Amino acid sequence: MIPVGWFFGLSILLFVLGVIGFFVKRDLITMFMSVEVMLNAANLAFIALAKGSGSPAGQVIVFFVITVAAAEAAVGLAIILLVFRQKRSIKAEDMDLMKG
Amino acid sequence: MEMFWLIPLFPGASALILAVFGKWLPKKYVSWQACLSVLASFGLSLVSFFGLLRVSAGSLPVIKTLFSWVAAGSFNADLSFQLDPLSSIMTLVVTGVGFLIHVYSVGYMAHDNGYKRYFTYLNLFTFAMLILVTGANLVLMFVGWEGVGLCSYLLIGFWFEKHSAANAGKKAFIVNRIGDAAFILGIFFIFLVVGSGDFRAINGAIEGGAFTQGMATLAALLLFAGATGKSAQIPLYVWLPDAMEGPTPVSALIHAATMVTAGVYMVARMNLLFSLSGAAGQVVGLVGGLTAIFAATMALTQNDIKRVLAYSTISQIGYMFIGCGVGAYSAGIFHLYTHAFFKSLLFLAAGSVMHALSGELDMRKMGGLRKYLPLTYPTFLVGAIAIAGVPFLSGFFSKDAILTQAFAQGRYFLWALGLMGAVLTAFYMFRLVFLTFFGEERLDSHAKEHLHESPRVMTIPLVILAFFSVVAGYAGLPVVLGEKANLFDRFLEPVIHPGHEGHLSIGSEWLLILASVAVALCGIYIAYVFYLKSPRTPHRVVARFPAIYRLLYNKYYVDEIYNAAFVKPMVNGSRAVYDTFDLKVIDGTINGTAAATGFAGKALSFIQSGLVKDYALVILLGVVIFLGYLLF
Repeated sequence: MIPVGWFFGLSILLFVLGVIGFFVKRDLITMFMSVEVMLNAANLAFIALAKGSGSPAGQVIVFFVITVAAAEAAVGLAIILLVFRQKRSIKAEDMDLMKG
Repeated sequence: MEMFWLIPLFPGASALILAVFGKWLPKKYVSWQACLSVLASFGLSLVSFFGLLRVSAGSLPVIKTLFSWVAAGSFNADLSFQLDPLSSIMTLVVTGVGFLIHVYSVGYMAHDNGYKRYFTYLNLFTFAMLILVTGANLVLMFVGWEGVGLCSYLLIGFWFEKHSAANAGKKAFIVNRIGDAAFILGIFFIFLVVGSGDFRAINGAIEGGAFTQGMATLAALLLFAGATGKSAQIPLYVWLPDAMEGPTPVSALIHAATMVTAGVYMVARMNLLFSLSGAAGQVVGLVGGLTAIFAATMALTQNDIKRVLAYSTISQIGYMFIGCGVGAYSAGIFHLYTHAFFKSLLFLAAGSVMHALSGELDMRKMGGLRKYLPLTYPTFLVGAIAIAGVPFLSGFFSKDAILTQAFAQGRYFLWALGLMGAVLTAFYMFRLVFLTFFGEERLDSHAKEHLHESPRVMTIPLVILAFFSVVAGYAGLPVVLGEKANLFDRFLEPVIHPGHEGHLSIGSEWLLILASVAVALCGIYIAYVFYLKSPRTPHRVVARFPAIYRLLYNKYYVDEIYNAAFVKPMVNGSRAVYDTFDLKVIDGTINGTAAATGFAGKALSFIQSGLVKDYALVILLGVVIFLGYLLF
């Protein structure tokens, strides 16, 4: 039996990787993947906590997160696709329409 | 007659229907509805009048309270109507003359594009005027008072695409505002003293001694200031001559027969107040007397047929105020009643002349119309004789009643003013008659081609009004024919509280009557000499006294003086305030606020880089700070 703390360690590692990926990478698809990594890091923490405390609430929340993440992925990819059609680029720094 | 409060309802309902559905109603239906609604009111007024004759004086006035209208603390006003001899006479005049003028308008306005709008306004006016005369408290009276003012404005500016008409409407409205401001102050003052605007309560308070003489004078003068505006007396008469820009039937109904006499009605309604304050009576009489003669002199030189009649109206209302000023309120109301007939007759006949001449107003381009207008001419002549004060016609009886009372009260100055005014009245009216209907023809060739007598729908009202101009005076015969001869006075007795009436011997009464007759005939004779016998005379007189002629022809330059003294400084002052305060202070504050906001926005806009990563970094920073706060 692996102790719960290990799962937390992995979860934190994954989350930090996601954050670093989000800030280091410049194209939208990779950034988007980094966001997914962060989400799953959070999921992992939930599952670990649910297992550790014996309450099913954490598992239920994970199901919700997965559902929402699926919808978000669909919408996000569609947006990226449309942005690419407009700008012929998926570089994050090219998207500055809202500059003040 | 318990239904008397329905009298204003018919024209009001008709106006509402015309205003809402007028667009879809056929023209013929509009004419019928507009006229019949006023006729229905007239019928109800007649029924109420005969009902009133059977009511004992003790139970007057008949009050009908519909509901409590305003109830705010100690300020209370009911929506209530009252019927007494005074309001009964007024409803009869308003609906009777009003009905004839509605009928006349069907012919006169037949080819006008604004036909339905016209009848909407006319019905609305009748409604407001009836509210004014049947309202049982000052507040309701004021509603009617403002209502007729509004309709007057709308109808003067009826042909608003004409610049002068639009301006005349504005002038009437603004000048009336000045009087109305004083009028409403008077109402407030009475509310302050009496605690109610109800006429019975006010009269009760006056009899109970709630008013000292000074307070009564203040209240009466404030109310009278309102009357000078509405009834076109010195110093606020300037709007009435310009009001002739409206359609002629409007001049007949509003600016001769009904609305402009509202001031006289109001003074008669508040007669206890005016009698209590001797000074206010003096002022009313003096203003009336001066206006009577002042306006009459201005009428002498005008060439516009309607303007002559307008000045004549101002002058005749002056007579009514002489009557009220000397305490002979019933004589004033009597003159109001006869004047409504012969002056609306004169206006309508003048309208008929205009109609015949394709809208010509200038008497210098008329003349010799007698044979072309076989019905208009005799009716106009009847009106002119009646107003000139020739015996046996209505104007003679009423004018004589006022002058006799002025003399009997010892107000010889007012009597002399009135008598001089009577000469002038006879002169300018017959100048009008001779220039229009006699002498050589000075018509435009264009006007002459279309010369025709008006249709029957216009001439029949003329004939009916001419009939009443002759007989209306027999309601109030002079005292020399018997103590009980003056039915009019006796009918009004329950409303007009008896003052110290002066009594003259029969001999002096006859002398006064003879004097009135003499001046009337004298005026007519002078006009005959001037304009028929030797038509060169006027030119010689003008050449002899050019300064006086110019002064009269330019109406004493009163408009110019008012312009220089009030209008110009007001406009210039407003412009100066606009330039300095509005443009600099107000606009500066507003624009400054906007500029400051814009500048702050620009300064802070660098935060909005538009890049997703920057925003994410800020979120991350926020999370780190939050976590740090939670953990440590």
